Parts: sequence; structure tokens; C-alpha cells
Amino acid sequence: MTTINTETKYVLETHDLEIYYGTFKAVTDVNMKVEENKITAIIGPSGCGKSTLLRAFNRMNELYAGTSIKGKITFNGEDIYAKDVDPVEVRYRIGMVFQKPNPFPKSIYENIAWTARIHGFRGNMDELVESSLRQAALWDEVKDKLHQSGLSLSGGQQQRLCIARAISIKPEVILMDEPASALDPIATLKIEELMQELKRDYTIVIVTHNMQQAARASDYTAMMMLSGNGERSGTVIEFDETNRIFTRPKDKRTEDYVTGRFG
Amino acid sequence: MNRSIPTHPEFAQNLDARNRSGAIWHVIFQSSTIVGIIALIAMLLNIINGAIGYVAYEGRIDPATLALNGVPIEEQSKEQLVALLQEKLSSGAYNKLEKETPFAERSRSEVYQLVLERIVRIEVKDNWNLWESLTQSQQIKATVAEEYPKATLKFISWLTSDFVSRPQSSEPVTAGIRTAVLGSLWTILFTILVAFPIGVGAAIYLEEYATDNWFNRIIQTNINNLAGVPSIVYGMLGLAIFVRTLEPFTSGAIFGFVESGSTANGRTVLAAGLTLGLLVLPIIIINSQEAIRAVPRSLRNASFGVGATKWQTVWSHVLPNAMPGILTGTILAVSRAIGETAPLVVVGASTAINFDPSSPFSKFTTLPIQIYQWTARPQDEFRALAAASILVLLVLLLTLNASAILLRNRFSRRF
Repeated sequence: MTTINTETKYVLETHDLEIYYGTFKAVTDVNMKVEENKITAIIGPSGCGKSTLLRAFNRMNELYAGTSIKGKITFNGEDIYAKDVDPVEVRYRIGMVFQKPNPFPKSIYENIAWTARIHGFRGNMDELVESSLRQAALWDEVKDKLHQSGLSLSGGQQQRLCIARAISIKPEVILMDEPASALDPIATLKIEELMQELKRDYTIVIVTHNMQQAARASDYTAMMMLSGNGERSGTVIEFDETNRIFTRPKDKRTEDYVTGRFG
Repeated sequence: MNRSIPTHPEFAQNLDARNRSGAIWHVIFQSSTIVGIIALIAMLLNIINGAIGYVAYEGRIDPATLALNGVPIEEQSKEQLVALLQEKLSSGAYNKLEKETPFAERSRSEVYQLVLERIVRIEVKDNWNLWESLTQSQQIKATVAEEYPKATLKFISWLTSDFVSRPQSSEPVTAGIRTAVLGSLWTILFTILVAFPIGVGAAIYLEEYATDNWFNRIIQTNINNLAGVPSIVYGMLGLAIFVRTLEPFTSGAIFGFVESGSTANGRTVLAAGLTLGLLVLPIIIINSQEAIRAVPRSLRNASFGVGATKWQTVWSHVLPNAMPGILTGTILAVSRAIGETAPLVVVGASTAINFDPSSPFSKFTTLPIQIYQWTARPQDEFRALAAASILVLLVLLLTLNASAILLRNRFSRRF
């Protein structure tokens, strides 16, 4: 970096994080910091716990029976797993976009209106719907059919509707779990462009299988891999600025993976 | 296909065998379907065969002799018919009828029916089913002319609009099933009112809230087993709880509501509805659970992911999406309840009543009970009535199912 940023703010931090499914330790020893208004990518081979780690950031893990964590995840310095923290509030402030586009089986308008309404939104709903769809670069495509089903849209449009829905409640962080893996290259490109727009207002953490995507779109990259010591738990083996991960990785395994020489 | 590319000889041999076994299974599955359809058609034909045919009947008194100034009784007014009853019946019998329901409150058709029943006293001498009536009509006519010279021979359908709208009677010709149809509808109303909300509520709890521990697993296992318990056991339960223990409630006594002259003692529409409600409750719970479980995880994730609470997720997404499945399950359960006989016999359905149920605390009979009663009679003509009642029961079932399906489609259409 050329400028020295003395006021770097970390929105999410993990401290010796371990994630369990029952007694199985799926993720171990994760220490990473997510910087504000940056895109942080998590890459790694299948089954190394990328999505598990991502879901831990807004306590979506808890919806799967038997999951638990050890260690700490802080959001603006506050432990999100503390006893007095309601997971609903965590998910309200840390939104999520999923791998498979999952708009509600309601109209495009209602997808956003319902989301805003459950949190007690009392303002001008039409304005909110329009501004959310504009931010998600979807407004021009759907403004004439707001009352059609969200499921009538194409896959890429559905995913942008999901992003519009997520940002309609103004979260601070948006977690994206392979948001483009079910989309064609053009729709993928749109999502990536959109992420660059969104990062001005939001902090983004994205899990991706696609290394080019991580290289193109992210500022920081966390490389995850199964630790080789018999436990088979996933861990972050290297976390750095994206261009360093892809050009001068410190870890041999990272180098093998990003250059396609892995396994 | 390009035969010039050589294939393995094993492949060619196998391919024939594979196609052959496929064809055999195709035939087996097709025959299963055909057997099912044949059974259904045979059942329908059998019922229709019983419900239509020749009947020979005669009145003890020739109706023509009851004509008043040349007006036959079919055309007389209600007042004239009441006067006729008063004249022909003993005063004791007349007063008893008056006491049951004052004549002022009876309709003309009810009074007319009383005249047929009590004065003309039409009796069925003999009847034949549809097959006999079509194939042996000459023989039948000869027999009737010989054995019952005064009788009228008529080709009738026992299922008429009068049959559906008339109350029960001990005379086959004047018997109807209005009482039983209304009894069935009242009973099923309470069954649905009890079983649907409780069943769906329990399913929501078990699927969405209950944690996976030994206690909840025992509950789940028990519900699954309860769905297979013979219905008569529920009858015993209903008798013990709803009829005996809760008699003040099911007879309406604690509401200060006792029907005049009621001898129900808890054997009421309400008790029967509650018993059938218990009977179908496990089926509704299991079907609703299946429907709730089938709601895709991605939809729940979407809802939780935008910070919805569990209740908001269940109410706005899980339930609307599970509703078509829940309704389908409820249709099946209620169809079973409508056809149940055994538990109602135990709970104490009345076998012979000729007044309609008018409140939850009325005595009642239902269609299956009525059918059972009639088939148990030795006389042929009652079996014809039973066949006609079965047709009514089938129509009732189809109507309820159709309305539930319409309701379900309305739910499914929401995107």
C-alpha cells in the first residue's frame, strides 16, 4: 500500500475460532480480521469449512442442529455470541446472500417490503423498494413488473433481488456464500460489478470457489484448507491482501492451489 | 445405429435381457393399476345395481279412498292432511305426534309423509335389483301379478331427492336419510374444528420448536403408533372420556343448555365429533409434519438471513408453503372420519331417530351408521336403501374433497 492508513477499522474479528458440528471440529484456529468497506474473499477446496466459517459470522450456523463454537467472533468489538446478544439482531446487522438464489415466493415488491416490515419499517415503502433495487442494479429491469413473482426472474436477476433484499434493511456487513456459482458468466460479472459498488457502503465477505473471481473482486483473501494433522479440520492457512496471495504467497500450499497445481 | 462400430458381445446379450426385464415390470405395474380400477368399477356397479330396480308395493288402505271431495291426498293442503290424521288416528297417537313436534311447526311434506306412513301404510312386498329387473322383467311381472294382485309394480331408483330430504322412517318407501346426512355434517364439523387447529399446531411445535431429545422422540413415536390404532379403540376412549366423564360438557348441561326431552346423556354430536377428532388427530399431525418438513431449507435461510424471528419465518413462509400439503393431509383424514362407523357405535350413535340434530348437544346418527343399520335388516328393500345411502355418502365425500382441493389450489396459486 502506498498510503499509510492509521485508522483502519476492523468490523469482524475472530479469535482462536473453532466451529463444531456435534463433536466433529469442522473449523479450527481461525484468526482473521475483516476490514470495513473492503471485500474479503474466503477461498479453498470443497469441504474445508468456508461456508461454515461464513455462516458463523451472523450465527446462521445455529439453524443447523448441534453446531457450537469455541473462541470468539467480535462485531465492532462486541462478542456476537455473548449470552445477551439476540441472533436476530446479529442477522439484522450482518446480512447474507446465499449460493442458490432464494427470493421469497412473493412479488418482487413484497420481497423487499416484507423484509423491511418485519423490522418495523414505517417510512415510504415505495421509495425504499426503488432505492434498494437501484442499489442492486436491478431497478431498470424490473420497474414495470414489481408485482410479479420474484421467482419469475432469471437466476442472475433473482440473485440481485436477494442482494436488494439484504441491503433494504441497511446492514453493515453482507456475507455472500458463493453468490455467483449458480450463474452464467455474464450474470456473474454483473454481481462482481455490483460488489464493487456496494463496498462503498458495506463491508463484504464472500466465499468463492472461483479463484479468478477472488483475484478480480476482493481486497483481502483468506486461504482455507484442511489441516493435515489427522483431525481434518479446516483452517485459514494464509490471510493477506489479495494480490499478495495470488502473486507472492508465503505458504507453499496456497501457491499450489492458486496456480492450479493442487492435489 | 452404426453397426460397423463393434460392441462387446456381452453388451448385445445383456441389452436384450435388460429390455426384457423392463418390459415385464411394465406389464406388472400396468396390471396392478388395472386390478385397482376393476375393483373400483365392480364396487360402483354393485352399489348402482342395488339402488335401482323394480319394486312391488301396496297400501293397507287404497289412497284413492282418502280423497276429499275428489281431491286426492297428494293435492290436499297441510290443514286438510292434519284433519285427516286427526280423524284416522287414535287420539293418543295423534297427541303423541303433536307433543313431539306441534303440527303447526311441521311442513306440508312432513305431514303428507305421516299420512302415508300412518294411514295409507304403504308396504313393500318385494323388490329386485337392477340386473334382475333388466333381464327378467317378464318373470317379475308375472310373479307380482300372481302373488300380489293388488300391488303396484314400479321401476324406481331408490335414490331420489325425496330420499335425501326425508327424515328416517321404519317404512322403506317413506324412509329418508336427511337425519343421517345432517348428523354426519354436524359431526364432521366438530371433528375439523378440533383436529385441524390442534393437529397443525402440534406439527408446527414438533417440527419447528421441539429439540431432538429422548422425550420428544418418544412423543413422535407415539404419534406415529397412534395413527395405526384401530378406530374402535378410539370409540372406547370417546365413551369413557367424552360420554361418561365429560357428560356435563358434552350434554350441554354446564352451559345450561339441555334440549327438551333429550335422552342423549352425553351421547351427542359433540361427543362424536371429539372422538373422531382424536381419531384423525395423529394422521393430521403426521401429514402436516411432512408438509412442513418439505418446505425447502433455502426459504427458511432466506427468512432467517434477513433477520426474521422464528415465528415470523414460520408464519410468513413455512406455513403458507406447507398449507397445500397440510390441506391434502387433512382431506384424507377427514374422509376417513366421515366413513367411520365402529367408534360411533361405541360412543352411542342413535340407531333410530327421526328428528334432525339441531345443536352440538343433539342425539345423532350418521350415514355410515345408517347404512350399517339398513344392511343388517333381513328385508331386501332395506338393502336397496343402503345402496342408495352409499351413493349419497360417496357424493358427500367427493363434494367435501372437491371443496378442499379448490381451497388448496387457491393457496398454491400464490406464486
